[in-house]
Amino acid sequence: MSELFAGPMNPAFALILAGLLMAFIPDWRVRKFIALAGPVLALWLWLQVGVFGSTGGIHIAAIGLDLEPFRFDGLSRIWALIFIIAAFINALYALHDHDQVQDAMAAMYGGAAIAAVFAGDLLTLFVFWELTAITSVFLIWRAGTEASRQAGIRYLVMHVGSGILLLIGAVLLQSETGSWAFEHIGLESGLAGWLIFIGFGIKASFPFLHSWLQDSYPKATVTGTVVLASFTTKMAIYALARGFAGEDILIYIGVAMAVFPVFFAVVENDLRRVLSFSLTNQLGFMVVGIGIGTTLAINGTAAQVFAHVLFKGLLFMSMGAVLYRVGTTKASELGGLFRSMPFSALFCLIGAGSISAFPFLSAFVTKALILAAVADEGHWIVLGLLIFASAGVMEHAGIKIPYFAFFAHDSGKRPKEAPWNMLLAMGIAAFLCVFLGINYGWLYDLLPYPIIYEPYTFGHIVGQMQLLLAAIFAFALLLRIGWYPSEVRLTILDIDWFWRKPIKSFLLWLNAVSDRMIAAIQVHLGKQIDGAGRALASILSPYGSVARLVPRGVLVGWAAAFLALALLTVYLAQ
Amino acid sequence: MNFIEMITNAGGGHLLANAPALVVAIPLIAGAVAVVLGHGKLAWVWSVLIALVTFGFSLILLQSVLGGETITYAMGNWPAPLGITYHIDALNALLISLVSAMALLALLYGWPMVEREIDPKKHAMFFGTFLLCVGGLIGVAIAGDAFNVFVFLEVSSISTYVLVAMGAQKNRQALTASFNYLILGTIGATFFVIGVGLLYMATGTLNMADISRILADSEGNRVVRAAFAFIVIGLGLKTAMFPLHTWLPNAYTFSPSMIGVFLASTATKVAFYILIRFLFSVFHAGASFETAMFDFVLAPMAMVAMIVCSVQASFQSDVRRLLAYSSVAQVGYMLLGLSLGTAAGLAAGLLHMFNHALMKGALFMAVGLAGLGLGITRVNELRGLGKTMPLVAAGLTVAGLSLIGVPLTAGFISKYYLVIAVLERGWWWAVVAIVVSSVLAIFYVGRMIEAMYLQNPPTPSAAHESDPPIQVRSPVLSMAALYVLVIGSVWFFFDPSLPKGLADTAAGLLIGGGGL
Repeated sequence: MSELFAGPMNPAFALILAGLLMAFIPDWRVRKFIALAGPVLALWLWLQVGVFGSTGGIHIAAIGLDLEPFRFDGLSRIWALIFIIAAFINALYALHDHDQVQDAMAAMYGGAAIAAVFAGDLLTLFVFWELTAITSVFLIWRAGTEASRQAGIRYLVMHVGSGILLLIGAVLLQSETGSWAFEHIGLESGLAGWLIFIGFGIKASFPFLHSWLQDSYPKATVTGTVVLASFTTKMAIYALARGFAGEDILIYIGVAMAVFPVFFAVVENDLRRVLSFSLTNQLGFMVVGIGIGTTLAINGTAAQVFAHVLFKGLLFMSMGAVLYRVGTTKASELGGLFRSMPFSALFCLIGAGSISAFPFLSAFVTKALILAAVADEGHWIVLGLLIFASAGVMEHAGIKIPYFAFFAHDSGKRPKEAPWNMLLAMGIAAFLCVFLGINYGWLYDLLPYPIIYEPYTFGHIVGQMQLLLAAIFAFALLLRIGWYPSEVRLTILDIDWFWRKPIKSFLLWLNAVSDRMIAAIQVHLGKQIDGAGRALASILSPYGSVARLVPRGVLVGWAAAFLALALLTVYLAQ
Repeated sequence: MNFIEMITNAGGGHLLANAPALVVAIPLIAGAVAVVLGHGKLAWVWSVLIALVTFGFSLILLQSVLGGETITYAMGNWPAPLGITYHIDALNALLISLVSAMALLALLYGWPMVEREIDPKKHAMFFGTFLLCVGGLIGVAIAGDAFNVFVFLEVSSISTYVLVAMGAQKNRQALTASFNYLILGTIGATFFVIGVGLLYMATGTLNMADISRILADSEGNRVVRAAFAFIVIGLGLKTAMFPLHTWLPNAYTFSPSMIGVFLASTATKVAFYILIRFLFSVFHAGASFETAMFDFVLAPMAMVAMIVCSVQASFQSDVRRLLAYSSVAQVGYMLLGLSLGTAAGLAAGLLHMFNHALMKGALFMAVGLAGLGLGITRVNELRGLGKTMPLVAAGLTVAGLSLIGVPLTAGFISKYYLVIAVLERGWWWAVVAIVVSSVLAIFYVGRMIEAMYLQNPPTPSAAHESDPPIQVRSPVLSMAALYVLVIGSVWFFFDPSLPKGLADTAAGLLIGGGGL
């Protein structure tokens, strides 16, 4: 254990420690100071590391464990940096909110995500994988509604389950290879690989495993949704990039993730839920990049994650500000808010422009890398579908979000502008979106592999503008002729309903059965086998009122039956 | 261990030579003395003193078998087949130390509870019975012949029935619980003695080593097989093997707090030990009827227990009942390890037995303290305990995490070894059962943690919402006993060498050559 504090410190500790401290500090001023100081300290530690390598290994000889909790290399470096930045922006965004539980959990959640990214072995990964699940669920629960409580439980079941798949897979893998190291796993490693793959896939919201995201994120607290959207899914993308880069199946999974949410997002009324669908769509692009697996594609994925955390956070923050001031994010009840919330509207527009990949905004310089990698490998159908999905992004996130919230028909609502800390947080994120769009070299230097790519070519700019303008035109046209399917209260039944109900019923059934089945069998067998036992019970039970105790005679009968079983077993044994 | 050497040297080696006899005789005789002492607090002080001495002797025994040696002690110098022998090796030395240590801790912990829960006139009787129970349990663990096992099993059981029934002052249901326990316990003892009788018929001896020698290399005739089935089921009842566990939840729930602590961490463990002794030392693990018993009865039942009882625990509203159901599930883990029939499985089962004694003892202690301070008996009443009794809540949390098997706690180590041992046998489905049961443990422990830390304490009607919650202090000695176990539950993660070494040595002896 002595090596733990040798070498550079893991930046994750700064945040986890900050979270633990905040859990015990009642004064909110001190807490908020720590909340902001934690990410700053983490950033300082991140800057101190410098060289690539693995430090602070834990070797517990007694049980043959070799842990590698801090691996700093090209891949983990950039993920950790964007998580640290996100943690700071999120803390700033939540400055007005004095909820101690959320303060502590948000910091620990961010720290756990960073620690998971730095994990060099599967056991460390598992520990922090589960820690992110356990800490983040409070951000949903603290919304305090019954819907959020239930969504939180479903969220927890999915995420703890994901960790368990990871653990089982890791144990299987270790029994085959003799090592816990978290390197390329690949699906060719059989059952172990598939279990880990599905475990990662749950958190990355693969199709059919995705519904927890749209179910829970819109029900979390104002600040909680922003925090949730920053870490969990991107951590899963990292894990996939580390363990399953170049798996062909990921290309098709990614395309499905990029395309299908578009339809849901267009018809959805709750704008935070629209953003949740849009999140899955964005993850689809990244998953395709991992599936391609070339150095350009992995670079593209890493760059997309970096930009995405900022602009998606920005969009969620702007919707959070609306929710905070107006009390709803339903498109049908909003509109015209730009009059009284001009800055929020501006920042939202920058976020929307970024996600749609307008030139000189961040996604323009990152998404192009993934598309270029797809083109390089000759997946033309995939490329076509991704371009369709890009237009869809413009449609539902780029236009729909700002349009229905801040413009559209005037709802007559005149809420106050968002608090200064929210504006500052959004401002920082918006600044970074613009900054990265222009100074893209700075981002490219951080990527896992060396890269030579020039995003601002004539063809790229014109092609992208054509796509965007066509999407805007389509939106305007549909709106004009009244075909745009929105501003209607409706509930989308997602795939999850089909398994949610049966599982819940199954659990309730199991509960009932566990209590009654044994007693029923006991009563039945008791009658059959041991009449004497019942006679004994009727003589010896003076407390008939203690009805919930199983009659003693039945227990005696059960013991006799069990003895009969044992005798039969040993008698028949060869 | 200088201290022990000092004591033994003072006794001129005489005490050391007779330690096997003394470790049983001292608590038995002192139990009678305690009753005569009459005065409540005096009886308690006396019991603590006796427990301390017993613990000292058990450590002497433990130290002398650490290297894998075995001691055979002939009572009154009558040699083996005719006389009564005591037998000590790594396996039961661990058990004896566990029982005497838990007796000491339970006594240190228990005085405030006893004062609250037991009629002062009965205090002396209570402590006397308790010492009898301790003596009986140690006797079961140390006895080298089958009939003495039965006798000590009855000594410990009968005193346990009495102790459980003494919870009647707190809750009248203790009487029915004790009565149920008596009926089933007696049936278990009867099955056991029938089995021993059959064995005597087949072999003509009661000495366990002797029986083992005669049965060696034989597939066993029907008498031996019937004896085997009777003994396993009889001891299974005492071990709370599913589905013969039905006496346990009520007995643990309604017994006096101190007794709950002691029983949860020792009674089923001793029965589990004697089951191992018979399965691996007296009978031979290679015999076909024993393998069949492992594969078709013990392992399936162990897995059903792990899952069904964890589900039942999840739905309990009474905290102690919840812990009791969890105990049955944990017995399932131990039985699973045993039914693998390998040295690794047996060692994992024994290690889990040891770790479970620590954590379950700590959990019952913490719940007892919460009951003493705030009258808490139900899970939802635990709300805000993190604010009103922070130290107790912290102890409860750490022990609970160990129960789940979270890394950095002892529970992780034993589950880890169990999984490894199961994988060695290639029983994938058993790994699934372990995982499912652990997830269920997260739920039922999580309920308690959630209530303690995330909910606010109930506000008295006179107080205002904004008032800081009133902290309730707990007796110092009880807290110290609790924290010995809590720290133990963490300590044995970082340094599991003592229990792990003993478990490995014991498993090696048992699998290797019967160990008698």
